[in-house]
Amino acid sequence: MKQLKALIIKEFLQIMRDPSAIMIAFVLPLILLFIFGYGVNLDSNRVRIGLVLESQSPDITSLSKAFTNSRFLDVSVDKDRREFEDDLTAGRLRGIVVIPQDFKIKSALENQSASIQVIADGSEPNIASFVQSYTQGVVAVWLQHQAEDSGRDTRSGTIQVDPRFWYNPELKSQNFLLPGSIAIIMTLIGSLLTALVIAREWERGTMEAMMATPVTIKQILLGKLIPYFILGMVAMFICVAVAIFFYDVPFRGSLLALSASSSVFLLAALGQGLLISAVAKDQFVASQMALMSAFLPAFMLSGFIFEISAMPEPIQWLTYVFAARYFVTSLQTLFLTGNIWVLIVFCMAAMAVIALFFFLLISRKTQKRLDA
Amino acid sequence: MAMMFEPLVTISNLSKSFPNMDKPALNNVSTQIYSGEMSGLVGPDGAGKTTLIRLMTGLLHAERGSVTVAGFDSKTQAANIHEIIGYMPQKFGLYEDLSVIENLRLYADLRKLADDQQRRDRFEKLLNFTDLTHFTGRLAGKLSGGMKQKLGLACALIGDPKLLILDEPSVGVDPISRRELWKMVREMLSDGMAVVWSTAYLDEAEKCDSVILLNEGQALYNGKPAELLNRVEGRTFQIHGIEKHQRRSVLTHLLRHDDVIDGVIQGKQLRIVLRKNTEKPELDLGTWHKVKPWFEDAFIDVLGGGPGGYSELAERIHPKPRSNGPVIEANSLTKRFGTFTAVKDNSFAIQRGEIFGLLGPNGAGKSTTFKMLCGLLQPTEGQAFVTGLDLKTATSQARARIGYMAQKFSLYGNLNVLQNLEFFSGIYGLSGFQQKKQIEMMIDIFDLDNYIKQNAVTLPLGFKQRLALACAVMHEPDVLFLDEPTSGVDPITRREFWLHINGMVEKGVTVMVTTHFMDEAEYCDRISLIYQGENIATGTPDDLKTLVHSGEKLEPTLEDAFIELVNRSNVERVKKAVA
Repeated sequence: MKQLKALIIKEFLQIMRDPSAIMIAFVLPLILLFIFGYGVNLDSNRVRIGLVLESQSPDITSLSKAFTNSRFLDVSVDKDRREFEDDLTAGRLRGIVVIPQDFKIKSALENQSASIQVIADGSEPNIASFVQSYTQGVVAVWLQHQAEDSGRDTRSGTIQVDPRFWYNPELKSQNFLLPGSIAIIMTLIGSLLTALVIAREWERGTMEAMMATPVTIKQILLGKLIPYFILGMVAMFICVAVAIFFYDVPFRGSLLALSASSSVFLLAALGQGLLISAVAKDQFVASQMALMSAFLPAFMLSGFIFEISAMPEPIQWLTYVFAARYFVTSLQTLFLTGNIWVLIVFCMAAMAVIALFFFLLISRKTQKRLDA
Repeated sequence: MAMMFEPLVTISNLSKSFPNMDKPALNNVSTQIYSGEMSGLVGPDGAGKTTLIRLMTGLLHAERGSVTVAGFDSKTQAANIHEIIGYMPQKFGLYEDLSVIENLRLYADLRKLADDQQRRDRFEKLLNFTDLTHFTGRLAGKLSGGMKQKLGLACALIGDPKLLILDEPSVGVDPISRRELWKMVREMLSDGMAVVWSTAYLDEAEKCDSVILLNEGQALYNGKPAELLNRVEGRTFQIHGIEKHQRRSVLTHLLRHDDVIDGVIQGKQLRIVLRKNTEKPELDLGTWHKVKPWFEDAFIDVLGGGPGGYSELAERIHPKPRSNGPVIEANSLTKRFGTFTAVKDNSFAIQRGEIFGLLGPNGAGKSTTFKMLCGLLQPTEGQAFVTGLDLKTATSQARARIGYMAQKFSLYGNLNVLQNLEFFSGIYGLSGFQQKKQIEMMIDIFDLDNYIKQNAVTLPLGFKQRLALACAVMHEPDVLFLDEPTSGVDPITRREFWLHINGMVEKGVTVMVTTHFMDEAEYCDRISLIYQGENIATGTPDDLKTLVHSGEKLEPTLEDAFIELVNRSNVERVKKAVA
């Protein structure tokens, strides 16, 4: 016990004095939160489009008003589409909407449709589909108003769409990015930082000196596990507080559920970090391995930014082996939905299995030897 | 007294190999280590010293043979062994972001020492012993090399071990700290501790109670150092009275003689080792004096003698034209990094065909001076000239006249031999037919044929040394800069290296060298002793020795001179500070 205590105290002294540990544990998380809070915005408010009016008529003016008044679109108007083509190519415009010269309200109302050309930038499919659906929305609403104005019965012809988005009614991307980024941050501390500090002990020869003393390998491992577990939990709570109080992300779950699933995830991340350090004995290799096997999957395969159900099927299967996937789901649920215990417990069980797997490997792999 | 004959450590028929190595790291080594004795584990880099130590501590497991420490088997009872040993690995095993006292406390806790008066007394004793009492609050990373090493020793001693193992404690430490540490460790012996001291310095081996001499995994000798010296007794001579400018050619002449197995320059004198049962070769110059043998003489004798006296490199390079004025010139060179002055007002001039040495403790400013002369660093004040070219304005022209061999050979490990040669000849400006011709010449001179496709990192140490030299001299530079050129290599390889250098100097090449090895410094025509950025003495090796000549020390070595001059400089500093 005395030996373990000495190791833990030593680790904390090192963390406090080592700028790079503070950097990874506290500064980097805040920078990440800042980037995801402000810099990365997956919303598509005010899409810039060019509106081409091939002729002037009261009908066309009325429709063009509907476009310029839309709060989702930022519209420039011209008579010739060629004016906009360069802007579209250069990415200054996301799309071009062409209202043809033969456009008439009357025929539109009678057919319940209007021929309007939409040209969008297909290199960004997400935005392109926004342009398409916003245009359809504008036209549909405009048609509705015209029909009402002309006294037609609108109930029979058109369907009124009144969308409502559950869990994230304002569709703020921050609300699902910030909870997800907490998983990234804990991966950084659990896997990258832990693997790095142990690799440094190999590089500086302190690991070898320690191994020649009566401490057991279990004490050495616990002496790393406990401090970085505490560090990870502290960083997690700081991030949660920043997300809730600074970015106004709702938190609908309970702290208990959050602490429980974070603990299990952190154990899995630490297990991975310790396993990496059993193989990689210099900091360069350790950081490469941690980035490739922990950080990048947590970033790309966890559903944090890229929707898992939209991935090719083999990749979807692959995501199941990464603990980050379950943790991102848990976090987004806890923040945006609440305590859905069935889901939370399932995720915790999955993460526990992964953690157990790592610790089994570690107990087989690490010995008080240099050639094992 | 019966206890004395019971070995503390018994090593029998120990063999260990590692994957990806064609030779075993340790091959059938047997020895015993006794309490109250200093056992030297001696040999060049890669000889198997660290492997043997790790096998003793149970951190590695052997394929064949066994190690027992105080009756415990190192494979199955390593935990028991860890209770009774103190181990200082290379680089000392200190936590750099912990303070001196925190490091001590950590190691005391890891050794389960109760936090009581007894422990505090032990701390005090160790701190006194290592002179660290005033630095307990300082972070280990902020200590000087010598102090780090003492703290490492204190941490290894904290549990009052029966066996103290020190892995190359003298690497990277200046002679002064080296002597202090040696004295401290010797004191531990009287308490009945057994000490294993591993080293690549052969002069340290001589002072051990017993030695194991390792080379390429083989134990070449195992026993008292004096007995090893016996085998060369009566075969070692100094030759006095040879003109300064003739030393190198006379040495080369002697080394070509069949009866001479080794020879080095020692300041004004030559030092020669003869083959067994042979007579002194005819020499119409100088007088021969029998001298006491060294450990290195015996090592070379065991290995079957040095490389002879024929340097093909020196034969085949073009002689350098005579020139007027110095080849290297430093005028009040000063380099400051922020508020820290690394080099202060250093001036010297080196003539064509001269070997000029820079000697000094770590951090004295040797490398900084060196880098300014190669054009790698701009001086803050002062000027540096190479072959009359100002390094500030004509850097690239000056560099084309320079060959540079950096510490640890600076080869590209994952390029093969040919690719290294092509790369270095390319950056030194060789191309086309000329490049091809010079590369072929180097391969021929240094016997690199069989290794041509092998990656540099996997070369045997001796061939690495050859390749590094080949890369530095391929463009036939006027000036050769050598930064710690032979640290860690075996004496034969070092002899071969200096054979080439001496031969090139005879052809008019000018050489500047930094070194930690005192015997290497003896090859120099002149030495500049640098301490805390300042040049505290310049002169021939004999001049420096004469400076410290006194009643106590009738025949001071270069190391004595080094230590005494640095001490004097310290005294003067204190005097100046008081005044």
